[in-house]
Amino acid sequence: MTETVPPYIEITSTDAAVTMTLRGPMTLPYVTQIDAKFEALPIDRTVRADLSGVTRFDTSAAWAIASLRARLETAGQHLEISGAGSGPESLLKSVSDAMPVITPAPVVAGGVIEWVADIGSAMADAATFVLELIGYFGLFLSRLVRSIRHPKEFRLTALVHHCQEVGFKAVPIVALMAFLIGVVLAFQGSTQLKQFGAEVFVVDLIAVSILRELGILLTSIIVAGRTASAFTAAIGSMKMREEIDAMRSLGLDPATTLFVPRILALVLMLPILGLIANVMGLFGGAIMAWIDLGISPAMFITRLVNGTDVSHLAAGMIKAPVFALIIGIVGCHAGMQVQSNAESLGRMTSSSVVTAIFAVIMADAVFSIFFAQIGF
Amino acid sequence: MAKDIHQADREVVISIRGLRNQFGTQVVHDNLDLDIYRGEIVGIVGGSGTGKSVLLRTIAGLNRPAAGSVDVLGLDVLSADQDDMGDTGANWGVMFQDGALFSSLTVRENVEVPMRTVEGLDPKIRRALADLKISMVGLPYFAGDKYPSELSGGMRKRAGLARALALDPQIVFLDEPTAGLDPIGAADFDQLILGLSRSLGLTVFLVTHDLDTLHAICDRIAVLAENRVLVTGTMQEMLKVDHPWVHDYFHGVRARAALDTKTAADVATKD
Repeated sequence: MTETVPPYIEITSTDAAVTMTLRGPMTLPYVTQIDAKFEALPIDRTVRADLSGVTRFDTSAAWAIASLRARLETAGQHLEISGAGSGPESLLKSVSDAMPVITPAPVVAGGVIEWVADIGSAMADAATFVLELIGYFGLFLSRLVRSIRHPKEFRLTALVHHCQEVGFKAVPIVALMAFLIGVVLAFQGSTQLKQFGAEVFVVDLIAVSILRELGILLTSIIVAGRTASAFTAAIGSMKMREEIDAMRSLGLDPATTLFVPRILALVLMLPILGLIANVMGLFGGAIMAWIDLGISPAMFITRLVNGTDVSHLAAGMIKAPVFALIIGIVGCHAGMQVQSNAESLGRMTSSSVVTAIFAVIMADAVFSIFFAQIGF
Repeated sequence: MAKDIHQADREVVISIRGLRNQFGTQVVHDNLDLDIYRGEIVGIVGGSGTGKSVLLRTIAGLNRPAAGSVDVLGLDVLSADQDDMGDTGANWGVMFQDGALFSSLTVRENVEVPMRTVEGLDPKIRRALADLKISMVGLPYFAGDKYPSELSGGMRKRAGLARALALDPQIVFLDEPTAGLDPIGAADFDQLILGLSRSLGLTVFLVTHDLDTLHAICDRIAVLAENRVLVTGTMQEMLKVDHPWVHDYFHGVRARAALDTKTAADVATKD
């Protein structure tokens, strides 16, 4: 079925005209070499092409001939074709009629001005993005208040479902992560503190760092990774398939039906996950302290209760609802930015995770400075 | 066996024998036979859920039937391996309902995708050929730089056709080419298919609900009913079939209207 013999082009040139005899298949796989031969022809005289030996002829060959004809006619010469059957003849005609008029793309001005403009528009985009996030926060609050005033509109089933998705199902990974962090902290802390003979302070090290910072921060980062992306993908694919528009046309408010249950579930679940992370982190630290330093569990608990103020726990937990709001709002906002192509869904999903993690760490830094200032 | 009329001496390009398709317990096709001849435009009609699109997907090798044989251009589609399919893939193109263009590529890049499989094709020529195909399906030059989401439904269908035609296939499968187009756009699309089919010598297999399309461009119509191809033939022959569904389909209010339009148009061209 497939032809292996390449086309054969014989060219005889006189002062008056060029005569070409073409044989064999003139099809797409050979069009590069055919066009190269045509390109090399002199265009200062008439060209005669004999197609009687052509076995196969497709659109690409018709294109090559039509381009040659266009070149010759620009130079004031012409192309005479003989021996073409009725099929190639009509194909040649429809291709010649359809030859696109190439309009050059507008030249983009480069240079410093463009560069400055790019920076400016990036800054403007960033500002708009922050404003939009604040807008979504307001939207969430207003719909939440509305749900409280009209409890019948509140979607309890959806809330419970999302609590299970973002909270309950995240427990194993969060617990394992926190346990390992506790182990690592105890191990690293003990090797340093041993040098000063201050091994027992490893308890304070573990307790303060896990309760104040690491427990909730690392939990939030894990939750941002698994939940912000899930929110974006779910809302984004609904946006892609016009489900959001359908909801609006049915009088359902996307903010009430989609955002409130999701974000509220996160706000309720993240403190619980953070608490689990704290417990598991301390547990991991206690185990490692026992193995590595011989600090018995009883001693660990005594030291923990006497030496660590409960304010450390409060300083950590107070951040949880804020982080939850950030993750939920970033995830829902990114989902609503998805356009009608698959590419943008992927882009927004990854951008929502990156933005959520970045924003959580930013907020954590702000909290640290604030707590340091007020001496909490 | 379908009632078939005066087709003895023409080359068969698609031959289906004893085809059976089923999803779970639901049988879509049973003992279905169909022949498609070179160079003709065949319209497949049938009620919703009679498996028109399933038939198209089966012939194009996108769906494995439970039983039967499908021969396309002498290749047994069902037992062919990936390499054979690759070779024959160049011989047919499929236009899906909404174009199924790759959303991350521009229209020109979409049309270039099948051409990338051709070894040694100069990228400049590939680009020029893609521009030519885009122009041949009646899209303006600037449409080549756009992404599918920036085009209207009709333009996406045209772009889908351009991609299906990229490798000069011998057969094109069109799934509801005129669905969702306005009547003027649909009529233009009909003429586009007819023109391309005649000038490129294409065999066209089209699934449609559009009676105007059937009247305007189809050489032959195949009716899917009772899990098989009930009858094939020209429009005139369809009008004489006395099966109740076929009769309702071609004698309904809409069918009458389409027929009147066609007759009026014929009279107008004769004058």
